[in-house]
Amino acid sequence: MGYVGWNHPPAFATVLDGGFRVPAIGYELTHLQTLESEAIHIFREVVAEFERPALLFSGGKDSIVMLRVAEKAFWPAKLPFPLVHIDTGHNFPEVMAFRDARAVQLSARLVVGSVQDAIDAGTITEDTRPGASRNQLQTPVLLDTIEENRFDAVFGGARRDEEKARAKERFYSFRDEFGQWDPKNQRPELWSLYNGRHRPGEHIRVFPLSNWTELDIWRYIAQENLEIPSIYYAHTREVVERDGMLLAVTPLTPPLAGERVLSRQVRYRTVGDMSCTGAIASGAVTVDEVIAEVATTRITERGATRADDRVSEAAMEDRKREGYF
Amino acid sequence: MRELLRVATAGSVDDGKSTLIGRLLFDTKSLFSDQLAAVERTSRERGDGYVDLALLTDGLRAEREQGITIDVAYRYFATPKRSFILADTPGHVQYTRNMVTGASTADLALLLVDARKGVLQQTRRHAFLASLLRVPHLVLCVNKMDLVDFDEGVFERIKDDFRAFVAKLEIVDVATIPISALGGDNLVSRSPSTPWYEGTSLLHHLEELHIASDRNLIDVRFPVQWVVRPRTDELHDYRGYAGQVAGGVLKPGDEVIVLPSGLTSRIAAIDTYDGPVAEAFPPMSVTVRLEDDLDVSRGDMIARPANQPAVGQDIDLMVCWMVDAPLRPRARLAIKHTTRSVRSVIKNIAYRVDVDTLHRDDSVAELRLNDIGRVTVRTTAPLCFDPYRRNRTTGSVLLIDEATGATVGAGMLL
Repeated sequence: MGYVGWNHPPAFATVLDGGFRVPAIGYELTHLQTLESEAIHIFREVVAEFERPALLFSGGKDSIVMLRVAEKAFWPAKLPFPLVHIDTGHNFPEVMAFRDARAVQLSARLVVGSVQDAIDAGTITEDTRPGASRNQLQTPVLLDTIEENRFDAVFGGARRDEEKARAKERFYSFRDEFGQWDPKNQRPELWSLYNGRHRPGEHIRVFPLSNWTELDIWRYIAQENLEIPSIYYAHTREVVERDGMLLAVTPLTPPLAGERVLSRQVRYRTVGDMSCTGAIASGAVTVDEVIAEVATTRITERGATRADDRVSEAAMEDRKREGYF
Repeated sequence: MRELLRVATAGSVDDGKSTLIGRLLFDTKSLFSDQLAAVERTSRERGDGYVDLALLTDGLRAEREQGITIDVAYRYFATPKRSFILADTPGHVQYTRNMVTGASTADLALLLVDARKGVLQQTRRHAFLASLLRVPHLVLCVNKMDLVDFDEGVFERIKDDFRAFVAKLEIVDVATIPISALGGDNLVSRSPSTPWYEGTSLLHHLEELHIASDRNLIDVRFPVQWVVRPRTDELHDYRGYAGQVAGGVLKPGDEVIVLPSGLTSRIAAIDTYDGPVAEAFPPMSVTVRLEDDLDVSRGDMIARPANQPAVGQDIDLMVCWMVDAPLRPRARLAIKHTTRSVRSVIKNIAYRVDVDTLHRDDSVAELRLNDIGRVTVRTTAPLCFDPYRRNRTTGSVLLIDEATGATVGAGMLL
């Protein structure tokens, strides 16, 4: 029988040794294969035990990797859940185009929760001072989107290595009816057994890539030959230097008084809102060059590029408690 | 080929554990300068006399304010040979629950003792828990060797003392390494201060440890997670059983039995997104197709006709109880075992194990928070299981409170 889609090199190349059942070598997986297998297992558990799962897809590198793993988990069937994006209206256009193209490619349903619509409708109020970002406004829109669609499990691409509050996350992160996270009262997770029990109105955030590091993400992008938005690679861009970060000059983020506009070769290490995501000086134009750069960098990705995490030591924890990603 | 090694570590601040972990992260370039700066800043603001590397993952507000680790913290580091996941569990409050959680997936348990103090009650307790959870490898680091002038006699005494205790446990592989976490002795490379020590450095040991044989490659066990039915025109008849291999090696052509129904068939193909595979082994996630159209669904177990798991409703377990409200006979609990969920009633609590003395106390009527004991349950539907000592995946269960949904205990099948 020939099923479509086998145009990739086999990930698990095993050697058959004259029909012998236990060859002397082999039966080993690389760490990426082990992490992938763990994540596939989690995807399947959630789809089997929940009624209305959804996957948060921002077009960022972690969600791109997560989506590929999800594809693998259910192949040759299509994704058994929709994609969800909370659009601040301040996203990079390259990333939005990528998001839409990927959804079409997978013939997946894309649910977009719009921060702009919520502002226009008056359900949330925007902080319009210079330097303010819509980052925190994503939380109420995310929670509304979850409630309106009655999602009971929401996959996110967060990793434990990226931030210290996230280091305490479970694979299955329980949220109450207000979407709140209670870090001191989490369910213990043992073996590969996951407890997804919840009451109506409550939901679970699921993080299949919990054990991946930034470098693992990039190695997987290389291994799978994954397409990612162009801004992850070095390009020339007009930027200003602010708080030690390089911020893109856009109609949305004009230079402040006294700031000098520079033309620099930069790339993005994380992709969030244009207003709060900084670029880094980089000449890495291929995935291998990015891997080499990430392997030698001495600063964490969020420390280097995210103004939203710099508000306080517990900025991430506070946002997560309220229901942030 | 770079493999993954999962390490569980336990202990308190005093024995230098966080210094050791900090050194490992720092020496493998897994510690970033902004993380270090933030830790230094917080330590200074709190008035600590030293840089407390526990702050790296004690990310929660309450942890930083109280100076304690609440929960299992996961740290990541890598060398060119291996990637490591380190589950670091606090030595104080909730120690049993956290250590059991961290050890459940660990390939190796890393314990520390202070060379000046030797093997303590806490060390024995941690070794017992590692053995109970069947962590295949154990490393005892005798730390602060610099404070005993790198005396071989001190090291040998602690090593003998520890080995005498461990002999009573079921741990196959034990290594003992003299170190100074502060000075970096025997961490990354052999230290000139311990010329009498003939073993390897800690990192070298972690890199070279043979773990491939720890998995059960004999008993074929494939718990069905999800039935893949594409329902498209070109894949109209496709029916695959998705799951993660829990034991043995599956190959196309193998005769298999589906439990608990007992129906037999042969494996037609083992599919993955990346193409069909000739063999599937733990912990691969694959999709198995059978030659015959059987009624197979989630919760079923695929095995070999000549090598089947036990199937039964009366189950004996070692339970680690994890909540304040005690476990008593006649309690009704949900059980999650592989991909199968059943209900159960507690029939009997045979004894509680004193984790300090290994003494069995059969006078107890209940298990309390952090207690470990032997329990008999009756389940509403049969489980297809192996003894935990034979297979950690098909031999483990979660105990769940049906009213609250909370995970209240962990069980290892006997």
